[in-house]
Amino acid sequence: MITLEHVEKTYPARGGGGAVTALSDTSLHIAPGEIFGIIGRSGAGKSTLLRTINLLETPTRGTVRVDGVDLTSLSAAQLRHARHSIGMIFQHFNLLSARTVYGNVALPLELAGVPKAEIRKTVEPLLDLVGLADKSGRYPAELSGGQKQRVGIARALASKPKVLLSDEATSALDPETTTQILHLLADINRRLGLTIVLITHEIAVIKEICHRVAVLDGGRVIESGPVFDIFAHPQSPVTRSFVDPVINRDLPDTLRARLTGSSAEAGGNPVIRITFTGDRATDPVVSVLSRRFNIDANIWHGQVDEIQGAPFGTLVVELEGAADAIGGAVAFLKECNLGVEVLGHAVPGHHRVAG
Amino acid sequence: MLSPDIIALLVKATLDTLHMVAVSGALGTLIGLPLGVLLAVTGRGELLESVIFNRIVGAVVNIARSTPFIILVVAIIPFTRLVAGTSIGTAAAIVPLTVAAIPFIARVVEGAVREVDRGLIEAAQAMGATPLQIIVKVLLPEARPAIALGLTLAAVSLIGYSAMVGAVGGGGLGDLGIRYGYQRFLPEVMLAVVVVLVVLVQIVQSAGDWLARRFNKRHLKV
Repeated sequence: MITLEHVEKTYPARGGGGAVTALSDTSLHIAPGEIFGIIGRSGAGKSTLLRTINLLETPTRGTVRVDGVDLTSLSAAQLRHARHSIGMIFQHFNLLSARTVYGNVALPLELAGVPKAEIRKTVEPLLDLVGLADKSGRYPAELSGGQKQRVGIARALASKPKVLLSDEATSALDPETTTQILHLLADINRRLGLTIVLITHEIAVIKEICHRVAVLDGGRVIESGPVFDIFAHPQSPVTRSFVDPVINRDLPDTLRARLTGSSAEAGGNPVIRITFTGDRATDPVVSVLSRRFNIDANIWHGQVDEIQGAPFGTLVVELEGAADAIGGAVAFLKECNLGVEVLGHAVPGHHRVAG
Repeated sequence: MLSPDIIALLVKATLDTLHMVAVSGALGTLIGLPLGVLLAVTGRGELLESVIFNRIVGAVVNIARSTPFIILVVAIIPFTRLVAGTSIGTAAAIVPLTVAAIPFIARVVEGAVREVDRGLIEAAQAMGATPLQIIVKVLLPEARPAIALGLTLAAVSLIGYSAMVGAVGGGGLGDLGIRYGYQRFLPEVMLAVVVVLVVLVQIVQSAGDWLARRFNKRHLKV
């Protein structure tokens, strides 16, 4: 649906400073119907990247294709027409204060020259869709942040776009409202088959609704792929810094001190990390281990969460029991499609302290 | 007390002043408003960036704005004669008043339009709006409260200027004040003129404030 090829954006030098490169050699392929997230710290170039998709920012180099059309080759009038099929929502909503909710949603249709009766037929169902049918005659100043963003979403959908661009749409909202708006976007994505591209600096947003994600740093895409994979196997330090707070991969120092790499030390129970990334991860594995293999699993550390409805996370457990029973337990875990990694052995004497 | 004759003069002068202010204000808005919008949208980094146009028009506006009004009135007498056929009287006074109103209104409108949140322009561009549509559907409606206040300010200034044209035979309240109050030593006429001017300004300002409040949908109670 959207293809960026070798897109580069450089702002010319101004007022003594040198030229600024906001994006360098960025390529992206976004499939129809997917929710694609772009995450990065502030200044990473997210905003510029998103704006090249509807050519609010003209790339210095490279091509931008949306729905098969090379936007960079269009005339100004053709580009305006192409923009009717790309909706956009904003962090600060950008609603017209002088227009009512209805008037705001009707605006893109007025701009496109749609007759009044037809505008009504489009706007009213949209207000229903975003749950604001009763606020039709209100002005933006009378609405809460979440309601304003709902108006923004209805407005973006008015011209029946194929693509929705979301510029930090939830960053100005409280956590509860953020969740509601994200669910609304996911719902629209499912119901209308709309392709959504969103930028954010919050990993929680990516985790909540995105199918695929690109990590942007210093104007480059440094990593991209299905959200689950990025969470499970983050490659770059920047990605890790986003993902780690959510999945808690690292052991705290106090626990690390109780680990030894050598298995030769007598009495050292193996400490393993179970990574939940599979469909069967919902099985009650820890209690199954105890019952079936007659071993004790002492949980040291861990966090289990859900990404895209699939359980995801890690548990670090110390296994106490006969050597062959432990071997069997590890094999059983692998059979369940869980990641199993032996981190080392518990230092004897510190035994059970962690429990 | 004022004699009936003086009262009749006062009424006539008030109507003359209103006439001059209304016509020059309307003409000034007709030309100044589009000019102000053009100044706002042709600035650097704006919707229809055209730095050279902006500099030239801006310079002309500045020259007109920095010329003291009383000098402007005298300086453009040939032009006034050309347009009004005469250089004295109410009709003639409208010409310099309009010439002074245009750049004043242009700057006021420019400021109001520049105040509109850039995000709204971006949103409209993302919807595929043409620059003209952005001006008509976004910039002007959003700037309307500020424009209403600006035009009120212009109207109040024009009431003041119109009193000044009295000094060069322009007619209206200023003329009455100078000829009767000052030259004929009738302080009560001077006082009456000032009172009428104060009342006029008061009415115009209140009407403008009311209009701006009505247009402004930004601070409604939730």
